[in-house]
Amino acid sequence: MPMVNLSIIILVLPLISFVFQMFFGRRLEGKKGEWISISLVLVTLLLAIIMFANMLFDYQPDFRQEAQFTWLNLGSFQLEMGILVDNITIIMLLVVAIISGLVHIYSVEYMKDDVRYSRYFGFLGIFTFSMYGITIANNLFMIYCFWELVGLSSYLLIGHWWEKKSAADAGKKAFIVNRIGDIGMFMGLMIVATVAGTFNYELLFERIGNGAWAAGVGGLFGGVDPNTLLTWAGVLIFMGAIGKSAQFPLHVWLPDAMEGPTPVSALIHAATMVAAGVYLTVRIFPMLTPNAMSFIALIGGFTAFFAATIAITQNDIKKVLAYSTVSQLGYMIMALGTGAYVAGFFHLVTHAMFKGLLFLASGSVIHMMHHSLHKLGDHETDAQDMRNMGGLRTKMPITYTVFLIASLSISGIPLFSGFLSKDAILAGTWAYAAHIHDGWLAQAHLGWLLPFFGFSAALITAFYMFRLMFMTFHGEPKNKAIFDNMHEAPRLITVPIMVLGALSTWIFFSLPSFNPLGGEGWFHHLVQQAKSVVPTGAFDAETFAHGLHAAHYPAMYTSLIVAGLGIGLAVLIYLLREIDPEKIAIRLGVLYRGSLNKWYMDEIYLHGIIRPFLKGCGAVATFDMEIYDHYVIDGVGRRVKSLATGTGVADDLVVDGAVNLFGIIFQWLGWTLKFVQTGKIQNYLIYVLIGVLMVYLINVF
Amino acid sequence: MHALSSYLILSALLFSLGLYTVITRKNAVAILMGIELILNAANVNFIAFSKFVTHHVEGHLMAVFIIMLAAAEAAVALAIILNLYNDHGNINVDEANALKR
Repeated sequence: MPMVNLSIIILVLPLISFVFQMFFGRRLEGKKGEWISISLVLVTLLLAIIMFANMLFDYQPDFRQEAQFTWLNLGSFQLEMGILVDNITIIMLLVVAIISGLVHIYSVEYMKDDVRYSRYFGFLGIFTFSMYGITIANNLFMIYCFWELVGLSSYLLIGHWWEKKSAADAGKKAFIVNRIGDIGMFMGLMIVATVAGTFNYELLFERIGNGAWAAGVGGLFGGVDPNTLLTWAGVLIFMGAIGKSAQFPLHVWLPDAMEGPTPVSALIHAATMVAAGVYLTVRIFPMLTPNAMSFIALIGGFTAFFAATIAITQNDIKKVLAYSTVSQLGYMIMALGTGAYVAGFFHLVTHAMFKGLLFLASGSVIHMMHHSLHKLGDHETDAQDMRNMGGLRTKMPITYTVFLIASLSISGIPLFSGFLSKDAILAGTWAYAAHIHDGWLAQAHLGWLLPFFGFSAALITAFYMFRLMFMTFHGEPKNKAIFDNMHEAPRLITVPIMVLGALSTWIFFSLPSFNPLGGEGWFHHLVQQAKSVVPTGAFDAETFAHGLHAAHYPAMYTSLIVAGLGIGLAVLIYLLREIDPEKIAIRLGVLYRGSLNKWYMDEIYLHGIIRPFLKGCGAVATFDMEIYDHYVIDGVGRRVKSLATGTGVADDLVVDGAVNLFGIIFQWLGWTLKFVQTGKIQNYLIYVLIGVLMVYLINVF
Repeated sequence: MHALSSYLILSALLFSLGLYTVITRKNAVAILMGIELILNAANVNFIAFSKFVTHHVEGHLMAVFIIMLAAAEAAVALAIILNLYNDHGNINVDEANALKR
């Protein structure tokens, strides 16, 4: 069967699960109704594995299947829906299927006894459906449709516990902040549609490459340099990725999204949906000009560094992981911006595994904390606050082990998947800074900012991950009563995290090679750098590849040193307690408070944008009510009313008068004629006789 | 005087008498008799025209039909009158004005 057909089945099954849970789920609650959803998703996982195995047997880097149909015919412009299956699609499908399947299973235990249990599984279904849609779309329009659908399902799942105001607010915030990015993406799509006349990737790239793009610039964009317009189109479409992948300055929604259930955070806000932005950037990579790439690299690099600095001081276990996610997404985006296409997508895949694992494992801790607190009748203590944990290593050995694996992976330690991809990204930034001279970032001699962001973020990442590890699993229990009631999570939780733990090791990504230092394996063979189609001044892939080769070892050693430094620092401060963290906090003063308060980004938005905006809205509303409504609308109203009174009088007198006149005439006539109606048949006969005689007389004379 | 004219005059007389009876009499049976007179005026006309104008038997046939019709009509009318009598105690048509109310 062609891969396209398989991918359609994969797309539809979760939708069935959604519909099923929405209509029948409620009735099957407590009767294993969720297992229908789970089996549907596991079937998609099976199909994804089949596709993946097929891909491995083929071993063709340029494998590609496409199918499409016209969805909307607008005369000169057709909107098409279609499916593109290539190696990237298949890998992404498998990632989504693995995480979604495991999260489904995990949720059975985690969401047990939830008020909206079946709805939750339904929403997981529609999310999985939309994510598959993004993955297999062959054009920008379709990806945009599914883009909004994942946004919706994210909103629904963040607000799953909407009785809690913070959860409802977080859902709204995620939705609105994402809209800001999506407006940009929409404008980018409009530029693409007007200039290139197509949304299809292949066709679009072809038209950019063969000069049709330059020829298409005109009308509204008349006089604009085609290359500049291309940069704008790329940057605007990338804005969608800024929103969805929580890049600075639109990253604010992701940490708040942690109000949703933890498995949702793992599925949507760590592994898949937030990676959709990266996936989109991967898809549009060939059309990115060096200038657009500079922008992307800078946004990604800054986000990676910026978010990491916030993660250091957070005490909520999920908040740390959320900022870590933002930071890692920044890495991927930065990689794509520097041209390290393969590394960026590679990091997406490895990150999905180990970050999904981190969230699920933290969920395991939180779940057991809840149980423990519940047993103690304590509803005040925060189950997610690391300051209430500590020493859990002995109580939850499985969770601890997988957490350690994931932490080593994210910190970039050899033998773990994160090392392979992270190292490739850091080498990419290094090569970019050293060898690339195109794009405004390089021309402004700011290229070395990227390795700086990259390596310092790597250092900080290793530090905060092990800070989290030590605060949660090592040391003395902070609260003896809670600690005594803790135990390992049930099997429905531990099995999924063990699977992900296995998938966080290097071996799955480097086969058929066993070299834990990276640079080879099926992934690097099957995913090849996409060729840029930018007509003039395209990104110099050859020099870059050359530079990448040269940067491989220096970057690796540096990254190992910084990771070791970060872990060492965490050991010193949080494990051995040689240095008191509070003293450092006091010493650092402003920096510490800034980090703890997320560099006041929410406050800046509140006072800088939201409040002035609301004030502006208020002013406009006042103008509308007091002036516009009062004078214009009401003025017109008054004129119309007096006019209406005039016509009303005319109506009463003339029209109604005429009507009434006829009425009166006929009333009189009827009153008169009623005397003819005697009820005596002989009278009627006389009338007939008179009538006949009259006819006779008329005829005679 | 032409033979046809005299028949027609007879017929007109019969018709006028019948009509007069129907209009003036209050007694339902008398009205029925007036109707019979009118019908017979028509019969005379039919026969006269048949004899002097068409020289054929259609007119005669028509007359036989009318006689038969008159008999049937008389039966129905007498039945109605009988019911009227049972209802009102008389057969005065002026009092049979229930439909007017």
